Amino acid sequence: MEKFTGKVWILGDDIDTDIIIPTEYLALPTVEDMKPYGFSPLRPELAGQIEEGDIIVAGKNFGCGSSREQAPEIIKALKVRCVIAKSYARIFFRNSINNGLLLIENDQIQDVVKEGDMLTVTLGESIEHEGNHYPIHSLPDNLMDIINAGGLVKAMQKRNGIIE
Amino acid sequence: MGMTIGEKIIAKAAGVKSVKPGDIHTVTLDRMMSNDGTTHLTIDMYYNQLKNPRIADKDKIVFIMDHNVPAENPKTAEAHKKMRNFAREQGIKLYEGQGVCHQIMMEDYVCPGELIFGADSHTCAYGALGAFGTGVGCTDLLYGIVTGQSWVLVPETIRFNLTGKLPKGVYPRDLILTIIGDIGANGANYKIMEFAGEGAHNLSINDRIVLCNLCVEAGAKTGIVEPDDKVIEYVKSRGRNVEHMFISDDDAVYEKVYNYDLSKIQPVVARPDFVDDVIPLKDLGRVKIDQAFLGSCNNGRIDELRVAANLLKGKKVKEDVRFLVAPASNEVYLQALEEGIMDTLMEAGAQIMNANCSVCWGSCQGVIGENEVLVSTGTRNFKGRAGHPSSKVYLASAETVTRAAITGYIESQEEM
Repeated sequence: MEKFTGKVWILGDDIDTDIIIPTEYLALPTVEDMKPYGFSPLRPELAGQIEEGDIIVAGKNFGCGSSREQAPEIIKALKVRCVIAKSYARIFFRNSINNGLLLIENDQIQDVVKEGDMLTVTLGESIEHEGNHYPIHSLPDNLMDIINAGGLVKAMQKRNGIIE
Repeated sequence: MGMTIGEKIIAKAAGVKSVKPGDIHTVTLDRMMSNDGTTHLTIDMYYNQLKNPRIADKDKIVFIMDHNVPAENPKTAEAHKKMRNFAREQGIKLYEGQGVCHQIMMEDYVCPGELIFGADSHTCAYGALGAFGTGVGCTDLLYGIVTGQSWVLVPETIRFNLTGKLPKGVYPRDLILTIIGDIGANGANYKIMEFAGEGAHNLSINDRIVLCNLCVEAGAKTGIVEPDDKVIEYVKSRGRNVEHMFISDDDAVYEKVYNYDLSKIQPVVARPDFVDDVIPLKDLGRVKIDQAFLGSCNNGRIDELRVAANLLKGKKVKEDVRFLVAPASNEVYLQALEEGIMDTLMEAGAQIMNANCSVCWGSCQGVIGENEVLVSTGTRNFKGRAGHPSSKVYLASAETVTRAAITGYIESQEEM
């Protein structure tokens, strides 16, 4: 099973799409241009602090709000390895898979982890924090295939599928 | 086992006899809608990432420019140009500056029993006409326009039995905010919210749109009001035919059932920065405002404009308060002109905007500054939604918003 370790950033419940990327920056030409403003209404400094491989840990209903696909794209562009939240809003969940952003559901880790802690995730098995293991489920294989390919469009290209 | 309205619509779209929650089905989409929020991204992917792409059925696709209309900067203008050119090349119907996408869809397209994907979260409004509308991102939309299909995980259904009638001065807006406050911002996550009972059938089509449109703020995949003769009458009056109209079986299975007596609903307000932070207006205390907004896909139709005009007749908008009004569509706008509503609003000092998403979208019109307070009939009050991150948005009914525009305060009538 794939295993990775990352540094934790903590966010709360109901992190909405306007927090992930405020409307005023959506007119910028590329996700790279928008990236510095990720999470800016809540924590303006965060986008500059996140490093490749970091992990976001949040509460319930992560990604609620608009269908803007720039939300998962920006988290991916910030090179966040995965988001661990108690639950996800459904449009965001679907958009994340379609953009190859890994989402993990767990409602225990929030009680023990602090910002800056290290977590080790073994996909489909557990999250490890300071020697304790917290179980996680794996996504269905067809969804993991999409994530691993880097998103729905890339998965279609790879499969040489319907769009040829 | 019986099925709910939503399950029946998915079964039809999947070409199977029955479905149950948890099943994943490939479905043929009846219709797809995309607006200027993300259409340019879909077009970029279409041209740059697909080999020999094609449109499955152009007649099932509608493009609507409503978010940044007219364009407010050169970047938006370029995105619009891309959308216009693509629509022309592919023969896709394009609306520009005619109104908010969901209102246009209601007026010109939605039929009961249809499965509709829209690249906008408030697509869930289409359940007002007994359809299954749901919001998706631009990649799902791309897949839909190219293949004509998509996949859905059949959601569970939550039933809301409505009885009675709303008291005078209380609106469907108060009802749906009350429900969201009760069940929470993820209280219906990935579920269908189904409204039925005589209380639901008493509601006009206008009111049903208000109800279904906000279901996504409780996390729902869609909201559907059990369709009836009012739906048939509305759809026929718009020159369309009713081919499929589904109602739930008596033995349909619900994840939960809630009962709401509409006569008990009171005016409420959703406080910043969460749509589910809902309290009775009378418990809010007086809140001073800088700006009031009447409009949006939730609350910019003729019924709400009439409420505002009745309250504003012979009165003035408070000095130092901006009252911005955006009709939901040009058709609504024309009707309001005919009824003299716009005269009343303008004489009172309101600023009338073109039919578009306007203040609700927090980008091209009526953006608010540092620490400013907005009371709005829009869809969301997230942090920074209407402008500066420190600004505050309260959500309320057309009546509460208009009263605030007159007095300068969000307050209950007792306080006034």
